[in-house]
Amino acid sequence: MKTFSPGRIAFVLFCSLVLLYLILPVLIIVPMSFSSTRFLTFPPPSLSLRWYQEYIGNAAWMQATRVTLTVAALTVLIATPLGVAAAYAISNSKLRLMRIVHMMLMLPLVVPIIITAVGIFFVYAKVGLVATMSGLVLANVMLGLPYVITSVVAGLQSFDPAQEMVARSLGMSRLRSFFAVTLPQIKASVLTGSIFAFISAMDETVVGLFISGGQYQPLTKRMFTALRDEIDPTIAAISTLMTAASFLLVLIASTRQKKSG
Amino acid sequence: MLALASPALLVILLLIVLPVGWLAWQSIYHDGFTLENYRRIFSEDIYWRSFSLTFEISLLVTLLALLLGYPIAYAASAVPKGWSVLILALVILPFWTSVLVRAYAWLALLQRTGVINQFLQYFGVIEEPLALVHNTFGTVVATVHILLPFMVLPLYATMQKIPNDLMQAGASLGGSPSHTFWRIFLPLSLPGVLAGTTLVFVLCLGFYITPELLGGGRTVMVSMLVSRNVELYNQWGAASAVGVLLLISVFAIFLIVGRFIPLDRILGQK
Repeated sequence: MKTFSPGRIAFVLFCSLVLLYLILPVLIIVPMSFSSTRFLTFPPPSLSLRWYQEYIGNAAWMQATRVTLTVAALTVLIATPLGVAAAYAISNSKLRLMRIVHMMLMLPLVVPIIITAVGIFFVYAKVGLVATMSGLVLANVMLGLPYVITSVVAGLQSFDPAQEMVARSLGMSRLRSFFAVTLPQIKASVLTGSIFAFISAMDETVVGLFISGGQYQPLTKRMFTALRDEIDPTIAAISTLMTAASFLLVLIASTRQKKSG
Repeated sequence: MLALASPALLVILLLIVLPVGWLAWQSIYHDGFTLENYRRIFSEDIYWRSFSLTFEISLLVTLLALLLGYPIAYAASAVPKGWSVLILALVILPFWTSVLVRAYAWLALLQRTGVINQFLQYFGVIEEPLALVHNTFGTVVATVHILLPFMVLPLYATMQKIPNDLMQAGASLGGSPSHTFWRIFLPLSLPGVLAGTTLVFVLCLGFYITPELLGGGRTVMVSMLVSRNVELYNQWGAASAVGVLLLISVFAIFLIVGRFIPLDRILGQK
């Protein structure tokens, strides 16, 4: 099998180039963020932490960072229990109606984000939720639910419901048996789902663009506005930090997933 | 059981079903029923051009993603485990990077004073910087990059399930590697192709951030039409009508494809 025919070499080369195309733009922001000059130059001159200092020293960027982290944390706190409850209902119900409910809960993945964003903006404008923290959190809970539900439904599929039956036949209430027997075994999938909901809230841009304002503007909105005007290397520093945070979280999610089998 | 799902369902009803319903209502009601917003879309050139441009770009992006993604997925499913983990990691890492960050990275790579132009000039390949961004080219390059994982992951999921015995059986019966690939592997991978292409096409139809930042104002995709009508012209009715047509296109595609493969197979990917 191990022959080095020209076709095989061409195939390996092609795949390597595609993988390079995939990963290079993600990596390129790292050296950019450590550059000492405002304009990108090749080869890069000297290294500096200038853009990180610029980011940390800027009150507007810091306020936006606080907003993003608060929104993402609150999103996880709300979306996780709602998503777990819904996933449990989906997995344990044989109702036909439940299939429709499941599909509806996946709507945020299907509807183009710009339509969702403009629709929410219309509704928020009527009820006075534009430029508020609660408005931002609610929208992100909606967007994060499918991630929690998908992950937990998958987790419940590999869980044997007979175990919960046994606990209940021994006199435990349904609620207690869920917390004592089921939850510990689907822990990893719950964690994965909530991590993805966190990343989704942290990266969310389009809805925030329409419904946020004033002091409650997330990081992505400020970045988007800054990008329209000029290439500010501060954004490279912020991007590097955001990417590092995402990678770290995905790494945690995937190692936990493996441990629990 | 329904009661357990109801809090989540309530969030979905209030924050996506109601808003989208409201949008649809606004597209046909303004001091009485009117189809004016739709009539405008079909009569004014700018709307028509934007819709056809969006479909053309989505088709091109889908084709390119398939062309680049199929070999990657094939490689990931054919090589030993260690290598396939590496390949999949390289596919998934960009997937979890913010779309905004990736659009920014492409801007930095492709602009006139960007990394690629400087690199080429440094080595004397070109004299003048190339116009790589603020046009359709830059939009397509970045969009394919962002959507490629959505192609590779469903393809890989399907290919992984194709039993190796089938290929060996084909080979033992005298089929050449290319013959067994075209006659056995490729047909069996078609459900993955359908899932991946549908996902990429539909996601591309609704793309907003990338064309807005990399299109340079000339590549006006449908999403941008929606946002401009809201932000610049305050034309909520027109924005809603464009949005409704976009949504109908997306649902129609899902419905048609859903007749061939189950929809959760397409959506289970992300």
